[in-house]
Amino acid sequence: MRRRLLLSVLLVICLPGSTGAQARSANQLRFCLGSEPKTLNPLLVADDASETIRYLTGGVLLRLNRQTQQMEPELATSWKASRRGNAISFTLRPNVRFSDGTPLTAEDVAYTVERLMDPALHSPTGDSFRASEGKVVTQITGKNQIAITFPAPIVGLEKLFDQVAILSAKSPKKEMAVLGPYYVAEDKAGSYLLLNRNPNYWKHDAAGRQLPYIGSIRLDIQQNRDIEMLRLVRGEIDFINSLSAEYYDKLVAQAPRMAFDTGVGLDSEQIWFNQVPGAPLPAYKKAWFTSTNFRRAISLSINRQDLARVVYRGHARPAVSWVSPANKFWFNARLQPHPFDRKAALQALAQDGFRLQGGTLRDRAGHDVEFSVITNAGNKAREQMAAMIQQDLAAIGIRLNVVTLYFPSLIERITRSFDYEACLLGLVNDDLDPNAQMNVWLSSAENHQWNPSQKTPATLWEAEIDKLMRMQASTEDAMKRKQAIDRVQEIAWQQEPFIYLVNKDVLSAVSTSLRNAHPVVLRPQVYWNIEQLTLGTEVARSR
Amino acid sequence: MKWVRVAAIVFLVAVAAACLLADFVVPASYAQQFRDLPDAAPSSQHLLGTDDLGRDRFSRLLYGTRVSLLLAPAAALLSSLLAALIGGAAGFVGGWLESCVMAATDLFLSLPWLFLLITVRAFLPLNVSPVASVVITFALLGCLGWAAAARVICADARTLCGSDVILLARASGCGGFRLLWRHIVPNLKPVLYAQFWISVPVFILTEANLGILGLGVAEPLPSWGSLLRELESFSAFSAQPWQFVPLLLLVVTISCFHLALRKQEFWA
Repeated sequence: MRRRLLLSVLLVICLPGSTGAQARSANQLRFCLGSEPKTLNPLLVADDASETIRYLTGGVLLRLNRQTQQMEPELATSWKASRRGNAISFTLRPNVRFSDGTPLTAEDVAYTVERLMDPALHSPTGDSFRASEGKVVTQITGKNQIAITFPAPIVGLEKLFDQVAILSAKSPKKEMAVLGPYYVAEDKAGSYLLLNRNPNYWKHDAAGRQLPYIGSIRLDIQQNRDIEMLRLVRGEIDFINSLSAEYYDKLVAQAPRMAFDTGVGLDSEQIWFNQVPGAPLPAYKKAWFTSTNFRRAISLSINRQDLARVVYRGHARPAVSWVSPANKFWFNARLQPHPFDRKAALQALAQDGFRLQGGTLRDRAGHDVEFSVITNAGNKAREQMAAMIQQDLAAIGIRLNVVTLYFPSLIERITRSFDYEACLLGLVNDDLDPNAQMNVWLSSAENHQWNPSQKTPATLWEAEIDKLMRMQASTEDAMKRKQAIDRVQEIAWQQEPFIYLVNKDVLSAVSTSLRNAHPVVLRPQVYWNIEQLTLGTEVARSR
Repeated sequence: MKWVRVAAIVFLVAVAAACLLADFVVPASYAQQFRDLPDAAPSSQHLLGTDDLGRDRFSRLLYGTRVSLLLAPAAALLSSLLAALIGGAAGFVGGWLESCVMAATDLFLSLPWLFLLITVRAFLPLNVSPVASVVITFALLGCLGWAAAARVICADARTLCGSDVILLARASGCGGFRLLWRHIVPNLKPVLYAQFWISVPVFILTEANLGILGLGVAEPLPSWGSLLRELESFSAFSAQPWQFVPLLLLVVTISCFHLALRKQEFWA
């Protein structure tokens, strides 16, 4: 009896299902989440894993097409934003039902907006709509029509609705009743989530077949990227949404058809000098850091091409501006990256009285030019970039000390004590609208990193940026806004308060069995067109 | 097994010579970045290939060995001496002193060192040269690593004080400092040696871990710790076996020290 029991246990252990290599059901898409979703409530999403679930299950009024970067109608067949930008009205698609069969009505939209703006809920999505104090008014103007009025204008109002998944006001299933292509069928904490096709999903293809094509999605929680890669190559998962350059190159060597370099993304890496007047730094260093010539010289001494080629293995581009070239409308295409030119750097330094003596750069008063750059410990790419910049600056006689700090310590230094000289960090950017960076570019902003929370602008060019940013935030005229943002980019390019280093490429891996996948730079890179994706078997059947 | 000892000594001498003569042996500076050859496989130009930034791994290994072989034993010596002083005194005197010292040791062991080290880093200046950073790191490790060893030594000293040898010594009129110096300390030497040799690899690995908190050796200076950190990105997906050379050298070097010094330990 005991022997038979032992044999049974061994059999269970040896079964593929218990080792993570579970036999997959037909027409099931599989991929990994780096962590467990913190919430399944679409209004409370604040992490990547929860955002994935919201994208796959949530039905929205308007959707940003990740490929064309244009807004498209979803649950709303049409919409109209007011000229002031403080109101928007929607006409809802008729005969749409939630996954549990409850019909979609204008009351559901009103209920969602009410919940979204409820201060007690602390919805991160709702924060984007809180331009000022005051009540948001929803008015049902017809059977399928609703108007929403905000207390103050909100720039890019319609784009914000891409994040608002409509909830049912009446369904007993609350937020688990969804309007998106899938619904959560199973949530095994710490292990996996299973999403099944929404039987009431409203979209159909040209042949009248209900979308999505793929029947279910299994999302395995997997933190180890190495295992994720091995599983992809073995065919146990269908894609990896975001890859590091290192893994991308390894994949190209083994399975080139699976690797996708979609091109430059929205994120940037930059270095900046501490220009805070009250910072605990010697006066002569403050004078260096506030000098445009000094910052320009540092910028000219950094070989950005090498950073992109060595650190990101060629999967990055020298950065130009705070708006990435991936942002088709807002990027100022007239600007070019600063060249790598040591001679020009030394000329710029000479204008401020710096001179190179015996391989060491000295300022007018004879101080050796030495400063430290802090970055967050554990970020391999940033540590490598700092080491490369260290060598680049050594070539013009500058000694750079690289200091890696525990992230909270770093944040303490750059936001409170200001006890640092230069900092190397990156900016993760999800929003195409540059207005999202008001909190960086206004001189009064807390995230105006080089000199935050200024009472009045410290320089004339910061005053001009303030004026331009406020102007673009107060108009809905896209061309006027574009002109203002272009000019802000020019000023930032000339003054270099942030020395932009590289924009990383968006890298993905997609199994050859997954069809219709066209990875894009915007999140979610691979499954943005989830309804159109098919698996090899499914394609054969549909044909 | 004499030949094993001889082989261990020869190996250690070879490693020490290679480290001391690194300036003449290595093909390039440990900091030089061959940016056209990042992550290269071993070749005649780069015996162990290059790292992610194109720096010669062999050069970095030799200079890293020099740094770690000099400073990790120094830190281990410091912590062992502190442990001998504190633990030995507590065990020898006994009574309230032992209780107080052991309570203090328990408190020391229970402190959240991770957070304290982060705090320590916050107080250190940012403009520190790479050499100073490595000295500070190992000095910190030496000052903080005595507590566990002190408990072992205290227990050993207490046992020794009740032994027949010490009883005879006391009976023959030997006491105080003479008893401590001539009888207790020599009998504690094997334990001290053991604590010392355990500490060396522990400190090397701790230095590697501290790098993640920003307390380790600063760029571009290499150490065994910083070289071992490269294994963080080791991928079974596309293995590069030569990345294991620093780990292998660490294990072999520490083993050779054990083999080479075993006889002296027995004599003690």
